[in-house]
Amino acid sequence: MSAPEVYEVPQPPVDAGDALAEDRRAGESLWRVALRRLVRNPGAVVGAVIVVAFVLVALLAPVLAPYAAGELPGRADVRPTFIPGPSAEHPLGLDRYGADVLSQLIWGARASLLIGVLSTLLGLAGGMVVGLLAGAFGGWVDSVAMRFVDLMLAVPSLLLAVSIAAVAGQTPSSVVIAIGVVQVPVFARLLRGSMLAQRGQDYVLAARSLGLSRRTVTMSHVLPNSVSPVIVQATLLLATAVIEAAALSFLGLGGGSPTTAEWGRMLVAAQNELEIAPRLALLPGICISVTALGFTLFGEALREALDPRSRRR
Amino acid sequence: MTRLVLRRLALLVPTLFGLSILLFLWVRALPGGPATALLGERATPEAVERINELYGFDRPLPEQYVTWLGQLLQGNFGVSTRTNRPVLEEFLARFPATIELALVALLVAVGVGIPLGYLAARYQGRTVDHAAVVMSLLGVTVPVFFLAFLLKWLFAVQLGWFPSSGRQDPAMVATHPTGFYVLDGLLTREWDASWDAFLHLLLPAVALGSIPLAIIARITRASVIDVQHADYVRTARAKGLAGGHLRSRVILHNAMLPVSTTIGLQVGLLLSGAVLTETVFAYPGIGKFLSDAIFALDYAVLQGFILLIAVVYALVNLAVDVSYGLIDPRMRAR
Amino acid sequence: MTTTSTNRGGGSGAPLLSIRDLEVTFRTEAGSAVAVRGASFDVHAGQTVAVVGESGSGKSTTAAAVIGLLAGNGSVTGGSILFDGEDLTTLGPDAMHRLRGSRIGMVPQDPMSNLNPVRRVGHQIDETLVDNAVVTGRDVRPRTVELLEEAGLPDAARRAQQYPHEFSGGMRQRALIAMGLAARPQLLIADEPTSALDVTVQRVILDGLTDLTDRLGVAVLLITHDLGLAAERADRIVVMYRGEVVEQGPARQLLTDPQHEYTRRLIAAAPSLASRRAELARTGAQVAVAGVDDLLVVPAAHDGQAPEERPIVEVDHVSKVFRLRGKGLLGRATDFTAVDDVSFVVPRGRTVAVVGESGSGKSTVAKMMLGLLPPTSGTIRFDGVDVTGKDRAAEVAFRRRVQPIFQDPYASLDPLFTIYRTIEEPLRAHGIGDGASRRARVRELMDQVALPAELLRRYPAELSGGQRQRVAIARALALEPELVVCDEAVSALDVIVQSQILRLLVELQERLGLSYLFISHDLAVVRQVADHVCVMQSGRLVEEGTVEDVFERPRTEYTRTLLDAIPGRDLELGRTA
Repeated sequence: MSAPEVYEVPQPPVDAGDALAEDRRAGESLWRVALRRLVRNPGAVVGAVIVVAFVLVALLAPVLAPYAAGELPGRADVRPTFIPGPSAEHPLGLDRYGADVLSQLIWGARASLLIGVLSTLLGLAGGMVVGLLAGAFGGWVDSVAMRFVDLMLAVPSLLLAVSIAAVAGQTPSSVVIAIGVVQVPVFARLLRGSMLAQRGQDYVLAARSLGLSRRTVTMSHVLPNSVSPVIVQATLLLATAVIEAAALSFLGLGGGSPTTAEWGRMLVAAQNELEIAPRLALLPGICISVTALGFTLFGEALREALDPRSRRR
Repeated sequence: MTRLVLRRLALLVPTLFGLSILLFLWVRALPGGPATALLGERATPEAVERINELYGFDRPLPEQYVTWLGQLLQGNFGVSTRTNRPVLEEFLARFPATIELALVALLVAVGVGIPLGYLAARYQGRTVDHAAVVMSLLGVTVPVFFLAFLLKWLFAVQLGWFPSSGRQDPAMVATHPTGFYVLDGLLTREWDASWDAFLHLLLPAVALGSIPLAIIARITRASVIDVQHADYVRTARAKGLAGGHLRSRVILHNAMLPVSTTIGLQVGLLLSGAVLTETVFAYPGIGKFLSDAIFALDYAVLQGFILLIAVVYALVNLAVDVSYGLIDPRMRAR
Repeated sequence: MTTTSTNRGGGSGAPLLSIRDLEVTFRTEAGSAVAVRGASFDVHAGQTVAVVGESGSGKSTTAAAVIGLLAGNGSVTGGSILFDGEDLTTLGPDAMHRLRGSRIGMVPQDPMSNLNPVRRVGHQIDETLVDNAVVTGRDVRPRTVELLEEAGLPDAARRAQQYPHEFSGGMRQRALIAMGLAARPQLLIADEPTSALDVTVQRVILDGLTDLTDRLGVAVLLITHDLGLAAERADRIVVMYRGEVVEQGPARQLLTDPQHEYTRRLIAAAPSLASRRAELARTGAQVAVAGVDDLLVVPAAHDGQAPEERPIVEVDHVSKVFRLRGKGLLGRATDFTAVDDVSFVVPRGRTVAVVGESGSGKSTVAKMMLGLLPPTSGTIRFDGVDVTGKDRAAEVAFRRRVQPIFQDPYASLDPLFTIYRTIEEPLRAHGIGDGASRRARVRELMDQVALPAELLRRYPAELSGGQRQRVAIARALALEPELVVCDEAVSALDVIVQSQILRLLVELQERLGLSYLFISHDLAVVRQVADHVCVMQSGRLVEEGTVEDVFERPRTEYTRTLLDAIPGRDLELGRTA
């Protein structure tokens, strides 16, 4: 056929928003574009470095830590009024029970990573299921799911976690469950809202008009376009999970013994030594804060990179 | 507006009803069952059996629930196994302390957060902005209890500027007509008592207010930046508005809409954070009592307090929604 | 009136506004971009000058530069803007601020977003008067009410007490006009002042604005994408394209004797300048670069199928009632009848257009036709079979034969799908062919919509609006449907692209024997493509007939109002040429 002359005016980069369309390379998926934006964002890079360092320390704890978790090499050196500080043998000193603080912190990273990741995965899985059901079916399924979510949000999050941890018994796995369950309504609401917004879009109507089954429309169009806020939130909630895990330990719900290598527990134990050895509180506190900062920085940058406002065009 | 309030109140009923079922089942699901919850550490097999019979814990669950709900509605929230006093009484005795703390924390958060966010937006990309962004990042990433620790260690233990625990110097003789100590001192003209209570409040309030402060600053910044680019701001400029009028009548008023919702959402955080902050500062409020109850596995207190906190939480959220209508004319029509 | 009319169309005396070699640059992350380049034109006192161009042409940027409200990253990097002898590009922010409102006013584009939502409308005009030191104290409010009345707002004293959300779009635009003229500026910048409004409202508002500015002797810089509107309202027209002024001159002369290639294309493409369906069909694949005379050729008789054949679509007494949730706790649910007892047919191989303003129910008809919404009562039969109440197999079969094209090409493609996947999806979903034959078919479809195959690996975000709409058409055609439902399919496109897409649709219809249900608010567009026209108003079908009948011999008052509202309708370009 004779092709009509395509006389189309390329849109010149006029507004600031167009600048983002400029840096797109041909045939690049939105996720790849997001990745490139992340690499250019200093906040994302700092966040990623912290997160990677944290994960490495956690994974390599057996190699990195001078002593095993819970080992008390300096038990004999600790007296009620004196806790040995940093020395060549113990770079960050000993704690009240004679454990090597550096080793405890390294093993603590492992505990935090495990609790953070597992609980967020649990929350994500639960929230996705509830949100997906509500968002895909609507109607009474949606109503029931959302009443359930409202119910869980009616109690401040820490109290909800406390109640769940109390029922689940005082073990590390109950902390995972408690924090994970608390995240369920957050993810559920987010995914549902995001799906509802997508469901009304023209491309979804177009997909329905193509005769695609409801499942295909939901799974291959609505869901993939709805998950980016959920992924962002998951990254941010990893930070929250690390903090909340420490908070539950702080409230005596973390399980384990006083010498368990867990940042929250170390902080509580240090409460009584505040005057003679403040570093015992400072060090785990800084570890928690920096880890949370890493996830938060990365999550915020991810949010920016995936922002639909800059995705358009 | 009245309708909005009524509808929200009506929605509250099923939520609280559902919550009461969950909390009822919660106690039944506890390791050791409800008798353990009542007996605490004194739970011997014989005692458990006796309690089960006495309280009807061996009856069918629906029947037990109805009985329990009936008691709740009469104000009977059970008895603390730790203090042997009614849970409701314990709650009401500590409620003003926590409200006072939360209010001051919120004042700190709003009083610092909004100006900080506003300045950051107005001088976007400059030093104030960077400082605000870093501060709001730290606010959400430093755990409340760690910040409380730091403040206590630095300002109370090291510098000695502030008291490190409690609500008021135990040596202070003061009368407490309302239970809000700072207010009490003002009412009874016991200025020193008021001042002392305020000093006790300040560190915990700053710690507790840190997260809301960070969030409020952030939202204010984002919202002001958004509004600055809004069409109606451009139009206001085009018709000759500038300077103070533009900022106060157009930008600030509109930017405050999302901020005010955010402030409402902080109430949950404040109540959560109060448990931790009050524990660090041994501040005798609901939070401290709750955390003691957790350590002592005082389930009756946990159950009752969580239900009561949920009620307070819901009512505060309602109040926030209503007040939102006052600043956004579009909401009044609903 | 006398002083202004001497200036009309003329160019005598020193101009009020004189733009010379204006260059505006935006700094972006990707470097700096020049949005306006070497633009020069004048506006004399009392004169109306229209700047016409498509999106991205720099017309709004030019206006923003004049009133000193460029976005933060934009700045004037060259040339001068002389206003009453003073160069605005050298004025400090304070001097510029004193000028705004009092000497240069503005009426913005979107009435919905341009009023401060949290303050009463009256207050917003009061403050304009006060801050520009026009009146003070007790005189303010009466003056505000006067201004609102002058702008055509009925019951102005009471309305001034209301908030913007209590106003309709037209009322808001009147308030914005009152605001723009409150301090009696010498120059009013009207940036697409009515493009967000329904056509009938558009007309009334523009008439009001024109009367008022004529009476006050205010010069108007009218920014618009609509050549017809510009021709009707302006003394002079300035055509901008990609940041440059390509042509300018007296309105009539520019339309009848365009010099620049781009202006010719713009005129040829402008739907409002009374072109007809036959023209589209006849010129077929070629872009009409011809002069305006061609646009007014009397249409040849349409040689479609015999009318006795059963219509492909029969819409029979269809109504759609939505249940609105009641307000408040005990609020009763109220019924809203979006479509009220509508009947019409779509003959095979023809185009039936449903036109109406927002809220007329035309889009609901489209959704019901597509089987995306069930009718409350009545039936829609496609090829003799009821569209609703089908089992899954029948539904799949129906979907193959009826396909949609939606309005917003930015929203109608899945952003995560490549173009290839987008067009292939219907084939795969219906299990048509194997991998290789599907690939071939996708390429064939791309060819049909005149898109290069290189685009197949791209994502929608990388394509222009027109390209995306072509992709949407290719996807719709993949299943070889018999009926295509075009829901405002060209409304979001710039005029030249719009005419290309319309041409493509007409050409595909002839080649593939498609039937179209064409939903649009734009009568000018409808006239170009439709055989039959159904006019809807508030859910009812008020008039129906052939395109000739409806456009030449409208039977109802409403249709006449709609037709009168088409900008540029009265211009008889061909006759004078």
